[in-house]
Formats: sequence, structure tokens, C-alpha cells
Amino acid sequence: MEFYRSHVLICGGTGCHSSGSSDIREVFQTELKKNHLENEVLLVQTGCFGLCEVGPVVIVYPEGAFYSRITKEDVPRIVSEHLLKGRIVTDLLYHDSIHEDDAIKSLDEVNFYKKQKRLALRNCGVIDPEKIEEYIAFDGYKALGKVLTEMTPEETIELIKASGLRGRGGAGFPTGLKWDFTAKAKGDKKYVCCNADEGDPGAFMDRSVLEGDPHCVLEAMAIAGYAVGADQGYIYVRAEYPIAVKRLTIAIAQARQMGLLGKNIFGTNFSFDIELRLGAGAFVCGEETALLASIEGKRGEPRPRPSLPAVKGVFGKPTLLNNVETYANIPQIILNGPEWFRSIGTEKSKGTKVFALGRKIVNTGLVEVPMGTTLREIIYEIGGGIPGGKEFKAAQTGGPSGGCIPAEHLDTPIDYDSLSEIGSMMGSGGLIVMDNDNCMVDIARFFLDFTVDESCGKCPPCRIGTKRMLEILDRITKGQGEEGDIEKLETLGKNIKASALCGLGQTAPNPILSTIRYFREEYEAHIRDKKCPAGVCQALLQIVIQADLCRGCGLCVKVCPTVAISGERKSPYVIDQNKCIKCGACLEKCPFKAIVKG
Amino acid sequence: MSTSILQKDREKFTELQKVIDEYKDKEGPLMPIMHKAQEIFGYLPMEVQEYIANALDIPVSDIYGVATFYSQFTLKPKGKYSIGVCMGTACYVKGAQAILDELCKELNLKPGDTSDDLNFTLEATRCLGACGLAPVIMINDDVYGRLVPSDIKRIIDKYRNK
Amino acid sequence: MKSLQELEQIKQKTLDSVSLRKDRAGGIRIVVGMGTCGIAAGARPVLMSFLEEVQKRNLRDVTITQTGCIGVCRLEPMVEVTRPGEEKVTYVKMTAEKAKRVISEHIVNGKIVNEYTIGAAE
Repeated sequence: MEFYRSHVLICGGTGCHSSGSSDIREVFQTELKKNHLENEVLLVQTGCFGLCEVGPVVIVYPEGAFYSRITKEDVPRIVSEHLLKGRIVTDLLYHDSIHEDDAIKSLDEVNFYKKQKRLALRNCGVIDPEKIEEYIAFDGYKALGKVLTEMTPEETIELIKASGLRGRGGAGFPTGLKWDFTAKAKGDKKYVCCNADEGDPGAFMDRSVLEGDPHCVLEAMAIAGYAVGADQGYIYVRAEYPIAVKRLTIAIAQARQMGLLGKNIFGTNFSFDIELRLGAGAFVCGEETALLASIEGKRGEPRPRPSLPAVKGVFGKPTLLNNVETYANIPQIILNGPEWFRSIGTEKSKGTKVFALGRKIVNTGLVEVPMGTTLREIIYEIGGGIPGGKEFKAAQTGGPSGGCIPAEHLDTPIDYDSLSEIGSMMGSGGLIVMDNDNCMVDIARFFLDFTVDESCGKCPPCRIGTKRMLEILDRITKGQGEEGDIEKLETLGKNIKASALCGLGQTAPNPILSTIRYFREEYEAHIRDKKCPAGVCQALLQIVIQADLCRGCGLCVKVCPTVAISGERKSPYVIDQNKCIKCGACLEKCPFKAIVKG
Repeated sequence: MSTSILQKDREKFTELQKVIDEYKDKEGPLMPIMHKAQEIFGYLPMEVQEYIANALDIPVSDIYGVATFYSQFTLKPKGKYSIGVCMGTACYVKGAQAILDELCKELNLKPGDTSDDLNFTLEATRCLGACGLAPVIMINDDVYGRLVPSDIKRIIDKYRNK
Repeated sequence: MKSLQELEQIKQKTLDSVSLRKDRAGGIRIVVGMGTCGIAAGARPVLMSFLEEVQKRNLRDVTITQTGCIGVCRLEPMVEVTRPGEEKVTYVKMTAEKAKRVISEHIVNGKIVNEYTIGAAE
């Protein structure tokens, strides 16, 4: 292996990829060649570093210099200054990664990373996900080797049980128990499946693991296969994740070539192989029985329990199904022992959880924190707070199955149980932050619209019930709400929760019920006063020109598509509310910020 | 089966047959075959569904059922440029609806439709996972982020003139 | 893959190259002054020589980095070597040949090459 004095790690996660990281890689290649550095400096495309907000991100080792928002034009400077002359280009560094005296902080000192504990993401942004050797260098496949050569399947299951690991897909079912059920189920053939159908809007935890560290999922599935007695695995991954699909395909091929998948792994009797199955854009397939139907090549419709997948799963055989992040924890639990894992987290929720921080937060991106971290720590210390100094209004967790958490619960330590107590849920890990510009009724409507669209249509409570709820919400946001609407929503919601067939339907009312619980007055304002306090619901808002700020420049008149603005130049203009379609074009254009929504 | 399409697309059907041969004996072969079929033909016309049904010896209604269940399978041809407007939470909060409206106006299309010249298909999509850049649209593999409605015309013109 | 030993071999082979990515690696640091003056005085061959030797001898826990002007241009090319728990040693007027000797005596055997140090030159 060549020795390189410096490694340039370029984030190749989807976030940075779409902000241009592959172009940057190319420019680095050309520039390194030009400076004859190609044999001294190694370019590595890694998975997600987590700080997507400031992407594309480039880290240069051994200094650990963290360059953010890099453009193609910045690359020649980094090469000629930093890589050739050894002078770190401080003005391109991430602002929080340097001390006041310009010395570089190590990554654990940067606020964004300080409170994080990266277990599931440990290799993301460190290794090249397309090189199995790098995974092995960080103890990859050692856990599989240990399990196969030193432990019985029963011991493996006991170890996972003892660790207290719970499913990271949302519901938090004890993983060891699931393994135990599958192991004990009778069947000549068993399967191990991985749910990588991450569909919650705003969630990209699993994608980052698959893109940044695909081998850890393969290794964990093989361990699970040994534990439950399966020789075939399926990874069901969204077709919308092309980079993840590509890296998984490469990883599977490499693992087969090295004999880490296939026949007689580590010289034992154990054989195991994995195939990819691509989803085709149906949210409901994240539900476990629907996912299994989809692997079989059928419409992804859930089926009624009680027959658990552990007893009767894919192709009618006992099947173990865990999600990506759950698997990502397994190899380390095996290597470090259950006590180590139990030492992290809260009493009933052990280990860490990955969250995808979204909008109205300074550091959009991916974070992994110990269970029991408070929402305040995540949003303010790691996430950097809310941009523009605006006030926190609510955080939405658990996507369309979860709920909104208001400011009064900012200090709740987050784990599975505390979140369900306050009417939300852990979910897969989407965490959307909202400020006072967001209307809670509108947000509830948005999530419900999503569920209605994605309902598979099999059971009436979900197919018809959610549709009725959406109609009521639609009316409310259009200013046609009536007294009694809130109560109707509550009754409908409770009934759907009790009667829907699968997890999707049973949790669909959560966003509405939780916003009613904490923001009832906002619903009332829409219904009684026909006002949207946040100024979001178009039918209820007016766009007005503030006479004292208007200089009469006339720019707004030019952009107004409906000729609703009139007035004399150099004197305040006015908007004709009957003509205004509330498109907001004038608001964007006004140089004096004289036009406001109200 | 309509013979005209068969002749025109004979090569494509040969390719499809190869895919079918590869997957036929695997467990649950239908979805992978349909994915490949859509890659080959660009969409899943009735003739292709019938062909797969015959080859796998399953009712064509099963295939139609699967094709219409999943939003990624399409029974209609797609435009040369597929425009996806991300309607994920982050983009929605940052004004994706206004971007979509602007695109509808600019292209004179409704979401889900393809222009008559087969140049553009407009779609509202689920989260594209680029929330840091919200609001985001994707035109084939190109991503455009941090958009305001007035950016749209310039972007579309670029593809019109390609 | 037939055994854990085989896995361990692959790990060791790759480890050298990835250990660089750990923050603030302990171990020995060799810093080559690569300001304009350093480069003009011939710092690059020195750097290359260090790289070659480290690779040839398969040395672990050695990081080689460059820095800007160390400050005494007339003594360039300059190199600083830091071993954990020891004072920094500054070598001056380095050449590719001298670099090899620094590696074999100082880095491998822990014996400072006094005649190359800044103290000897002053």
C-alpha cells in the first residue's frame, strides 16, 4: 500500500453531491496532477460528514482542516497553498473549526460535533465506502469473524438482548427479542431483511449510513443470519437513492469476492448471501408487512397480523426484518460487549440515535447523539439555533407518524418513551425545526396530505378516514372552518388510530392530534377569527404595503402579475385586495421591506 | 399483442428477454424485471406488461396491479427532461409550492403531465434529500437549489435551447 | 475469507494508510517548512525523501506534514521533528540524504542527529 502524506476527504453524500462535490473531486485531481502531488496526496470520497448545510465539505488530514462550502474555484488555492506549501487556507475553513488564534480545532471540539457520539455513523466521512479494505482497517468484519468462530447463535442472540438495543426504525421494539422469535420459529428456510425504504419526508439517516458505510450493514445482516439460521438476505432500498444503491452493489460484490459473503464464511459451515431489491416509490413499503410483499414482487399492501414476519414473512418463511441504523449498531455491540452499549443512553433506551436536522436551523444536517440528550441541546448547541435569531416554535419528530413538540418540552431528554409521552414518537429520526413563521395547521395539513397520497387503500379507516380529516383541514386553512371541526378531527383521529390495519394508518392522525394538543389556539384563530397567526395560509392572509416605509419606487407594480398595485410615483402605493392573488412577488422585490403579510 | 410495436422495438424486446431469463428462476422476480423493463423502454406500455406476463406465466392483471401501485412505474412515456419539484417538508416550508406553480405556468403543464413535444415531464416528488439547499428541483440528474420563483424561466430556457 | 488471521492481515496492511485520518494522531510528527523560501532552497526533495523512507521502512504512527515559513530563511530547508513527550527538534539546511539519516537515527532509534540541528548551525 502506498504511503500518502496527506489525505483529502471529500464528502460524497447526497447533500454534498448535489451541491457539486463530484466536480470538486475532478478539479482536485487535475490540480494535484498539475502540482505533481498525485503520489503524495490521496483523494478519498467518503460518506456524509453530517454538516450538509455548509457543503460541499472537504477535510484535509493530517491537520484535520475542515473546509466548508468549497467551490471549484477554491480548489487550486487549497492545493497550492495547503497541500504544496502547507499553509492552511483559513478563510475557507468552517467558521467554527478554528480557535481565535487561527489554530485548528480538532473535530470533537467543534460545537456541531462536540455533543455528538457517532456509533452508527462512526465510519461515515472517515472511510472510502467503495473500498472494503478501509472498512476492514477500522475493525470491519471482525465482529462477524468473532461470532462465527467463537460464539453459538444462542450466545449471539443473548448478547444482543443484553445490550438493550431497540429497533431504530421508529417503534423501538427490542432487537434481541425479534432475533429470538425468528430463531425459534419453525421453518426449513429463513430470511434476513433490511428495511432501507426510508420514506419520511426530511429523513436521510439511513441513506447516509448506506452511502458512507455500506459494509457495516452487510456485516450485521450476516451476523443476524448466523444467529437466526438464515442463509439469504435482502436489502430493500428506495430506488430514489441512486448513490446508496451503487455503493451497496459495489460493497456486495467486494464482500463476495473476499469470501465475506457466500459459502463457508471464515472457513465455517455458515453460508450467507445478500441481494438488493429496489423499491419503486411507495411510502407504505416502509411498513414491514408491505415491504415483505414488495420483495415478493407484489403490490406493497400491509397484511393483518397476528402472523408476525418472524413466523411467516417473505415467501411465507420466518423472516427477520430490521432497519439500517439498527444493523449499523450490531458489529460494535459484538466487539465492545453489551455492557459498553448499555452504558450509553437512558434507562430504557440504550445507545445513540441519529437525527436528520431540517429547516429553520443553522446547521442542517445529520447528527448522532446519546439517547437522553435534550431537544434544546440538539437544536441550540449542536444545531446552532434558529437562523435570524427567530424564536423556536415547535420541533416535529417522527415524520408523518410523529407529532410536534412545543417549546415547553425543549428540556425533555429524548428517548422512545419520553417522546411518546409527549404525543410524538422517535420515528426514524427526522427532526424538523419550526419557528413563528410556520403555521401549525398548515404543517398538520402537509403531513396529512402526504399520508392520504401514500395510503395504499386497503383498509377503510386509513383510505377514507384520513381523506375526511384532510378535507376538514383544507376547509380550516381556507377560512371555511366551523365550530366543532376541532372536535371532529379529534374523534376521527382517535378512531383511525384504533382501527387502521398497519402502522402507517395507525399513526397518520398523530401530526394533527399533537398540534391540536399544543396549538389549539392556532386552530381556533383559523376557525373563529379567520386569521392565520403565522401568515402562511394564503386564503387568510393579506399582503399590504406599509405606507410609512414605501418610497413609491414602483418596482412592485412591475412584478405584480394581476395589476393589483396602484398609486402615484414617489407616494405610497396600495394593493387592491380583490385583485391580489397573494403570490408574494412584490414582497420579494421591494427594496425597502415595506410590503408585509398580515 | 400489437405487432407494429414489436417490430419497431424488436431489439428492446430481445434485451427484455435477456433480463427475464436472468431473473426468472430467482425468488420474487417481478419487481426487478419491471425496473429493468422501464429502463429499457422508458415506460411500461401494455405490450411490455403482456410480454412479461407471458414469460413469467402470471396474469397480466398482476403486473398491471404492481405497475399502478408504485409511483415510479409509469404507463405513459416520459419527457426528455424530467423535472422533479421536491415537496419534502424542508422545501415545502421554504416555498416549494410557489416554485411548482411557477413551473406549471412556465411550461403550461400540470404536475404529472408531459409536454406534447416530449421535452418536459413535470412532477412533484417526495423529499430528494437535499434539505440543506431547499427549495430544490431536479432536472434529470441536475440539482438546482435555494430557488426563488424568478429563477425558473432562466433554468427552463437552458434546457429548451439544448 | 478463511480465518480471522487473514482478516487481521488485510487490516494491518490498510491501517497505515487510514490511521492518518484520526484527529491529532499521537506518534511522531515530521514538519517540513515549505514556504516560498523553503521550496526555493529545495524543500521538496527533502519532503519526498522523508516520504520514501517512511514508506520503505513501513513506519507506523509517523505523520509528515508541511508548514509555511518557519522563520529563518537562510537556514532553509528546515524540518521540525516532534516525538511524543520530547522537545521539538529543528533541523536546518536539510537535503534528501540528510533526511534519510534523520529517519534512521532519530525517528527509528530515537537519537537526535545533533550536527544537523539548529543549535549546531548557530
